[in-house]
Amino acid sequence: MTGTSFRLEDRPLRNAAPPNPGRRLDPRPGEVIDRSAPLSFTWNGRPAQGFEGDTIVSALAASGVRVFSRSLKYHRPRGLLTASFHDPGCLVQVDDEPNVRGAHRRVEAGMRVSAQNAWPSLRFDVKAANQLVGRFLGPGFYYKTFIAPERLWPAYESVLKRFAAGGRASAEPSHDSYDKRYAHVDVLVAGGGPAGMAAAVAAAAVGASVMLVEEEYELGGHLRWGGKRELDLLAEQRAAVDASPGIEVLTNSVVTARYDDNWMAVLQRSVFPGVRERLVKARATTVVVAAGLIERPYVFAGNDLPGVMLSTAARRLVNLWAVKPGTRAVVFSANAEGDAAAADLEDAGVEITRLVDARRGENIVRALAARHGAARRTGLSAVELGDGSIVECDLLVTAIGWTAPTSLLNMAGDRPVYDPTAARFRPGDGLPDSVFVTGGLLGDGTVDELVAHGSDVGRAAAARSDARSVRQDRSDRAAGADDDAGPARPAPLPVVPHPALFRSTTHGIVDYSEDVSSKDLIGAAHEGYESVELLKRFTTVTMGSAQGKLETVNAVAVLAEATGRTIGETGTTVWRPPYAPMSLGALAGRQFEPVRRSPMQGWHEAHGARPLVAGAWIRPDHYGDPEAEVRNVRTNVGIIDVTPLGKLDLRGPDVPLLLNLLYVNKWSKLAEGAVRYGVMCGDDGVVFDDGVTGHLGPDHYVMSTTSSGAEAVLNLVEHVLATDHPEWRIHVTPVVGDYASINVAGPDSRALLGRLAPELDLSPGAFAYMQVRSATIAGVTGCFTWRIGFTGELSYELHVPADRGLHVWEALLDTGRDLGCAPFGVEAQRIMRLEKGHLIVGQDSDGLTSAYAAGLDWLVKPDKTDFLGKPELAWVAERGGPTAQLVGLQPVDGTLVPPEGCQLVEGTTIVGRITSSRMSPTLGRSIGLGYVDRRLASAGTVVSVRLPDGTETPVTVMADLAHFDPEGRRLRA
Amino acid sequence: MILVPCPHCGPRNASEFRYLGEERARPDPVAATPPEWRQYLYRRTNPAGWTTETWHHSSGCRAFLTVERHTVTNEIRSCTVAGAHT
Ligand SMILES: [Zn+2]
Repeated sequence: MTGTSFRLEDRPLRNAAPPNPGRRLDPRPGEVIDRSAPLSFTWNGRPAQGFEGDTIVSALAASGVRVFSRSLKYHRPRGLLTASFHDPGCLVQVDDEPNVRGAHRRVEAGMRVSAQNAWPSLRFDVKAANQLVGRFLGPGFYYKTFIAPERLWPAYESVLKRFAAGGRASAEPSHDSYDKRYAHVDVLVAGGGPAGMAAAVAAAAVGASVMLVEEEYELGGHLRWGGKRELDLLAEQRAAVDASPGIEVLTNSVVTARYDDNWMAVLQRSVFPGVRERLVKARATTVVVAAGLIERPYVFAGNDLPGVMLSTAARRLVNLWAVKPGTRAVVFSANAEGDAAAADLEDAGVEITRLVDARRGENIVRALAARHGAARRTGLSAVELGDGSIVECDLLVTAIGWTAPTSLLNMAGDRPVYDPTAARFRPGDGLPDSVFVTGGLLGDGTVDELVAHGSDVGRAAAARSDARSVRQDRSDRAAGADDDAGPARPAPLPVVPHPALFRSTTHGIVDYSEDVSSKDLIGAAHEGYESVELLKRFTTVTMGSAQGKLETVNAVAVLAEATGRTIGETGTTVWRPPYAPMSLGALAGRQFEPVRRSPMQGWHEAHGARPLVAGAWIRPDHYGDPEAEVRNVRTNVGIIDVTPLGKLDLRGPDVPLLLNLLYVNKWSKLAEGAVRYGVMCGDDGVVFDDGVTGHLGPDHYVMSTTSSGAEAVLNLVEHVLATDHPEWRIHVTPVVGDYASINVAGPDSRALLGRLAPELDLSPGAFAYMQVRSATIAGVTGCFTWRIGFTGELSYELHVPADRGLHVWEALLDTGRDLGCAPFGVEAQRIMRLEKGHLIVGQDSDGLTSAYAAGLDWLVKPDKTDFLGKPELAWVAERGGPTAQLVGLQPVDGTLVPPEGCQLVEGTTIVGRITSSRMSPTLGRSIGLGYVDRRLASAGTVVSVRLPDGTETPVTVMADLAHFDPEGRRLRA
Repeated sequence: MILVPCPHCGPRNASEFRYLGEERARPDPVAATPPEWRQYLYRRTNPAGWTTETWHHSSGCRAFLTVERHTVTNEIRSCTVAGAHT
């Protein structure tokens, strides 16, 4: 948000201060606050007080604060509605953390809490704002208002950004961290109410390992704000959980998703100090969902006024935090919870001016805002009842029914079904055998009945888990699924008839987070959005911070009403993960990126190497001056750490068969002691990898691959040997980590190596180009070295047992000091190979480059019976070759290096591209490699390069890929 | 995330495996016509139902497995070591 946007602290809400200590009640039997531990924090910059155990909002409510935010679109003041995690009006900013659930997060000493940004700003005259919003904030306004003309999209974007509800993300890195954990349990119980606790205890009693996950800070569910019977049961159940060593309890945690085979995502909040969130990935053999019920708001005019709240909110405020929610109350009740709320309020000294009983057909019509005094515009002052009478009050409590949070069941494949008797959606019959339901989510009952059912389900879940584990441990475990194993599912809980109440005779808010009213929904339905999924996307109903938990069923009911269908016919939206919001930090978890380092990497870093990240490896890019490194190799001798090169040790009599299949060239007659360059293609004829393979001894070969291709080549080799040719007698072992690899390159490399390997005959006749020898180097036995020339110089690649790599590296530098021996990095190597015209797979080839296009015609042997890619390459040859050809390129202006990726053009036609380009220190001019259309590939043709600034410059197609020593005299020296 | 019942390692997370797709036979590289070869390279039946595919336990025992999986329910009804029958 920009500096011009509104912050609530600019103009404190009228009722934000002074604190009103009179709202804190005398101690309550089930209260969760510690009155011996008062603490101070700030609210919009002003001091505020609470007790340990208070939520941010309960502490503020105890001080008389009634308004915690402004609504998204209409800028209406919002107060407490549910006094729980999902309370849509209680999102606040805490220090640098935005979107904190203020009705859930416990207050801490020193917290700086502020209301979040709203738009339009409070500085705006509210009347003017209402007129403005009335013009274009109707249903679907996102789609209707901001379409045309396109040139105004940037302006629309800045407006839309202001609609994004939320606080300020800090530009600074957070001091807190996030973590991840894996868990394996027999039974995971989602929900720590009476049924969930009973299920956990019963499952643990028969030996199951149990994870019990509770969204709130304490186990107990609705027992916590109940009467004596509930509190006694709560104590009993908590003691049973504590006495069960097999139960791990995660509080302030929520099961956010269920994926295949009960892969459960559990978000654990405030795990340790400094760890804000932890994502627990739990594999549970069986899952018990005991998520309870969520109370549903009633739709009527003024239903979002501060002072209108749900019965559970009133009971929680009174019984958990000892906060008096008002002084004069009207209670609208359709069930026992509403009656209990009325009793609690009376007990707390709130005057119940009217109990409106929905079961007797009584109704409420609208909530009226105060017109005068301190509560003006921000609070409730009276309620208009169905009989036309108006009752003054500052608190209206509604208890009109429930929503079953079936999300986890939906994610397991079940579809909820509307039950008109219970007036709520209930679980269907589509659950897999490994997922169980119990508690209020499933049906109704006394707390004792819920506990009994929970116990039955817990035992069944443990037994099913046991049966599945036994099956998985049998020797024939993979032979097939056998999910019938295990005991039957306990009979479901029955339901108690409940009045069906959704909307009164007036219109009110359905989605508090998105500011969507019943009138908006009916209008959208009349515009043709009659499917609930379309209605959701058009009006954004259920898409706000509560994510449908409060508003989905009301939205469905209003849509049903508008379209003349039943709720069952209208259906509901599909709940998708995550059930509860989670931060990106929790998804990312702890930074964990394994890095591969050669045994010499520490030396490189100590000697000024500039790091290059290459796949999993970290390598020296250069040591300060790559061009000087090139000149040193060309005139003296240099050494480079090439440990990341892929290396496969191949043994067995049939290795030549494998090489013949993998490489496009011939391998049957590779003599012992010889090395050959090979290119691998896929069966589509596209170049896949390249490298040299050496014949080290009888039935013993070492294959090298590119660094980035090492893993893929190993997979390919293993696949061929395991499935296509299990009859071949070949052992393959990846040995990248076994060797440190050093390339010694330059005219003096023979002299240098001779000093360290005196027993090795290095004379050109005895150890020729493309040969391999076993060797003892600098006293290290078990080395081998091959003479190859990627840089174009006389060079020996040494492969040394990894633990002796640093020793040999340092010995080369010490011994070669008088020869000018110096290290060189990847950049110098890339320059030299480009001077020599050697391609790099992936740099000078892409996913469409055939071996022919890459200039490897000399290598491909179509007369072999088979090799990977053979048919495709044969057809390329039949068509007369590839359409484009890799060629050497030199800009006419030798001082100019066209960036890699530049296109070659002929007028407005693309005729090729540059794949590699550098300034050559050896030639003193720019050089490159690239693809051009075949008709332009002959030497001397001049083509234009389109540079990034749009200008063009001519480049000449060269006769050779090699710009330097095309005859290869140096590397054969 | 589904569990793949590796015959060597037991049920393991799918993230330990590399998925190689539907099992398919490589035609004779000499006799195959271009359409036959391209069918092998690019065409998959991709059924909504039972399919036979290859999985590589790359972060486990490194076996190549022939898996019969239902693409709608993700149920795996058989999982054997590929090529083991020969
Ligand atoms: Zn395995």
